[in-house]
Amino acid sequence: MRPYRDDPQRLRALVREDRVHRDVYIDPEVFELEMQRLWRRAWLYVGHDSQIPEPGDYYTTTLAREPVIMMRGQDKQVRVLMNRCAHKGAQLVSATHGHCEGGLLRCPYHGWTYRLDGSLRTIPLRAGYEGTALEETQAGHGLVGLADVVNYRGFVFARLSPQGMDFADYFAGSLSSIDNMVDRSPEGRLQVAGGVLRYQHDCNWKMFIENLNDTMHPMVAHESAAGTAKKLWAGQSPDAPKPMAIEQFLPFVNGYDFFDKMGVRIYPNGHSYTGVHFSIHSAYSAIGEYEQRLEQAYGAERARAILGEVRHNTVYYPNLTIKGAIQSIRVARPIAVDKTLIESWTFRLVGAPEKLLQRTVLYTRLINAPTSVVGHDDRHCYRAMQEGLHAQGNDWVSLHRNFSAAERERIAGDYNGTSEVSMRGQFRAWATLMESGS
Amino acid sequence: MNAAPALGTAPIDAETLEAFVYEEARLIDEKRFDEWLDLFDEDGLYWMPLTRGQPDGINHTSLFHEDALLLRIRIERLKNPHSFSQHRPSHCQHVLQRPRVETRDDEAGMYVLRTPFIYVEAQADDQLLLAGVSWLHLVRRGGRLRIRLKKVELVNCDAALPSIELFP
Ligand code: FES
Ligand SMILES: [Fe+2]
Repeated sequence: MRPYRDDPQRLRALVREDRVHRDVYIDPEVFELEMQRLWRRAWLYVGHDSQIPEPGDYYTTTLAREPVIMMRGQDKQVRVLMNRCAHKGAQLVSATHGHCEGGLLRCPYHGWTYRLDGSLRTIPLRAGYEGTALEETQAGHGLVGLADVVNYRGFVFARLSPQGMDFADYFAGSLSSIDNMVDRSPEGRLQVAGGVLRYQHDCNWKMFIENLNDTMHPMVAHESAAGTAKKLWAGQSPDAPKPMAIEQFLPFVNGYDFFDKMGVRIYPNGHSYTGVHFSIHSAYSAIGEYEQRLEQAYGAERARAILGEVRHNTVYYPNLTIKGAIQSIRVARPIAVDKTLIESWTFRLVGAPEKLLQRTVLYTRLINAPTSVVGHDDRHCYRAMQEGLHAQGNDWVSLHRNFSAAERERIAGDYNGTSEVSMRGQFRAWATLMESGS
Repeated sequence: MNAAPALGTAPIDAETLEAFVYEEARLIDEKRFDEWLDLFDEDGLYWMPLTRGQPDGINHTSLFHEDALLLRIRIERLKNPHSFSQHRPSHCQHVLQRPRVETRDDEAGMYVLRTPFIYVEAQADDQLLLAGVSWLHLVRRGGRLRIRLKKVELVNCDAALPSIELFP
């Protein structure tokens, strides 16, 4: 058999409209191709601009395993630079967050310095390069910066490949979920706050991303966690005030009907969200003063509309998932075919009572932490798939639920919440983004 | 602790306090979680911060910040046959350095003990090694010592971690 790299037909045959071949999750070559093709052509979430408020502030992360610096320039603009010295390749900065003193990046190895836009400024004993071809190479110019960076209402996205779809075309209407999260701040501004949870998963990145709009699993996988919470709370009188933790746990064991009626909306290029009509976050108690502040800022009608939009998870394919209704996001960072780091970040709604930050901080701990009883069972199921798919005899992963031939014409639109249409939409995007060529 | 004699109002000696710390870890390692939970005061808290010097667990995310209700949920879940992540059960072992009484207020019956530890949590072929300092804030109530706060400061609290399913 030829490697997938040299055999476009064989690669294309991994994805059918209602099922996918197990190699998409377990084959190391497919994973490498994903990093080189899909993850370079897609728009990836880098970070939030509130992490780098001042010129010279930076945040480091990886995009498709490549080290990058998200940098605030002297001109206040946010840039994404490869974290690789133009000389011999040392990472310029290693802290997650930091500040460049004097508006300069200085390499810790031989002291080459760069301006905040990445251009080369000085080299010690520069005369040693006279008469060499340094100026004709990237080394003579400075750091590689990404040309395609968009700061959408504070959310910074970038595309690694110089060729590819436009930001607006890539995300289309799906950006309304970010809008809703930002609009929930009376000042229209978010601030990263409350820390970041970093949770190692022994699974392929797609298992995590698919799960975010998998509404057929909570009542099964999370029965032990949320069902236990429900049972323990059952003894309370109906008018006893529900602790926030109970309010957050209980909806995980809502019935199939609830999740089905919640609805799922599909966009092109793999994006989707569940909770078109309502979600597991709909029944949270109101937080005093917050609604008034929103009304003051937007007027009663608009405030109601903002709060009435209570989406569950929105997937920005392939690396970001957000929960606007509680101001938390998760970022997938693939490490290997069977290793993925999931980061969970929370936000303060600027101008809103601190109680909202407390609510999201509680939620992310209960649901997304390495210590979360909900997280434990999710992670267990991902790993169970990662190991189970090594069994031979059935090469296919079923995505048939509610498949209809109509999806062939147009997959975007609204569907019943328990449909596997969001996963089919992701693999439709996958097949396109994995094609050979630039 | 059933067999322990009731404590009077006299100052509690260091040996008794140390014995409490050892017993607390042992109950976890032996998975006697109901007895462990019974050590906590009604308003007791089990806290593992996510960052060094974290001021609180309300405005900042923690790894654990569990009151009696949340601890009870965890413990009851571990008994639930549908706790799939525990079908290969986790086992743990604390190795404690000798606890030190950091502060004592005999009048109020309040004591704070500091205990450096190493903690291993194993599941099938995987083994997670954690280390840190555990702070036990104890209060004498109803003739016995109870935990007002167990604060566990991990050396690598901000690292990317796999699941921690028991109680460091
Ligand atoms: S590697 Fe950076 S200056 Fe040499
Ligand atoms: Fe889940």
